[in-house]
Amino acid sequence: MTDTTIAGTQEQQRPDFPVERTCPYRLPEGYGALRSQGPVSEVKLYDGRPMWAVTGHEEARAILSDPRLSSSRTHENLTFPVPIPALGALDEARPVRSPLIATDAPDHTARRRLFTPQFTVRRMATLRDGIQAIVDERLDRIVEQGPPANLLSDYALPIPSMVICQLLGVPYEDHEFFEEETRRRFDPVNGDSMIHLYDYMDRLVERKTNEPGTTPEGLLDDLLASQVKDGTLDRPGLVMFAQELLIGGHDTTANMISLGTLMLLQHPEQLAEFTADDSLMAGTIEELLRSLSIVASLSRVATEDIEIAGRTIRAGDGILISPMAANHDEAVFAEPDAFDIHRSNHQHIAFGYGRHQCIGQNLARLEMEIALRSLFARIPTLRLAVPDEDVPIRQGMLSGVLALPVEW
Amino acid sequence: MAADVAGEEQEGVRVRVSVDREICVGAAQCVLTAPEFFDQDDEGIVTLLDSRAPGGKAALVEDAARLCPSRAITVVREPAAG
Repeated sequence: MTDTTIAGTQEQQRPDFPVERTCPYRLPEGYGALRSQGPVSEVKLYDGRPMWAVTGHEEARAILSDPRLSSSRTHENLTFPVPIPALGALDEARPVRSPLIATDAPDHTARRRLFTPQFTVRRMATLRDGIQAIVDERLDRIVEQGPPANLLSDYALPIPSMVICQLLGVPYEDHEFFEEETRRRFDPVNGDSMIHLYDYMDRLVERKTNEPGTTPEGLLDDLLASQVKDGTLDRPGLVMFAQELLIGGHDTTANMISLGTLMLLQHPEQLAEFTADDSLMAGTIEELLRSLSIVASLSRVATEDIEIAGRTIRAGDGILISPMAANHDEAVFAEPDAFDIHRSNHQHIAFGYGRHQCIGQNLARLEMEIALRSLFARIPTLRLAVPDEDVPIRQGMLSGVLALPVEW
Repeated sequence: MAADVAGEEQEGVRVRVSVDREICVGAAQCVLTAPEFFDQDDEGIVTLLDSRAPGGKAALVEDAARLCPSRAITVVREPAAG
């Protein structure tokens, strides 16, 4: 096996992956260089391990649909860096069973079906008024305090946190704790937040079980009344799912709201069109998703040999897929580095592809829609309070901003 | 297995759409793209609507098929009978 896996191949110049970005939406030079080796090429992970990188759009979709790939974290050669350091702390504190993200078929298929009723288009529509109320309240505060503001901390971060509170059915008096803990989750020296949140949600589920009606109704109550009641989901599974929603739906959405705002401010002609014509909303959101591609890489492990794009991936090899590269594939998207809200091709993989495609994607779209529409409607003279190049960009598993100073 | 089939005339080209409810993961991109053709049941799984809309919809359902993350939608263009 070792003779023929990527680890056994002749040591050659392997570029690092993911490629660091200097601009949030233009394809870094490094991906072009990788692609010149083909849509599937050899790279080096941060710890030096050799990996396959998939940078072509068609190949990314093919790979992510391939049943010979595993998402499980327990393979010896599993590649992806744990995206949140605090996740490691939680792993150590108690055994973690990640219900969806790290599971394969057939378990994944059955489990995902437990949760899909919570994320239907109709379900999402029932959240609209609640999200609007959260957004309006934030805008009230921002306007009341007056310029300048940091749209990351004052707007983009709290909105998805509050939306998840509402979605799950977190009591109002706990919102501040919840928001504070979710904000602290990415503190690299303190992994306690994840544990605090897990414990909190465990107690909340207990309270919803033993004292029904004393907390706002939400997804946790729905699942308690159905899947937990009929035994298809156990309580730790429910709490872990709530945790997974938090991991998947807080920072990601916050980054899209803040980067999306930045993008629109940097493209004032399109911003003007966007604010004047709400029929452009859907296209704008898809183009933001495509051009920003905030997730640095998706990871899989091959469980069998796979032939793709003239390469042979061996069983046991790690594979990293780049949504940024795939979403900037000029074979699929004309002038991929151009930000164009009028693009009609929405075939991006910003939410991934295959069976694991983001379960919360329609919630994310709804939040982005309401946050961006309401922001520019309420503060039409919004502008950056610092030069473009001084907005601090964040690197890592998710791209984003470290702050978004604005004035009006 | 494929559960539903619908046909669609379009300038002499019939577009045959089928969905596989077994592999659907409930992403609903088909519903958002082509709501005349696709809906979700209460479990979140795709249902194919028997649309009698006039022709010109082939590109739309083909878009929906490409967007589907689990490739649960099949669209086949066939020349009209006769």
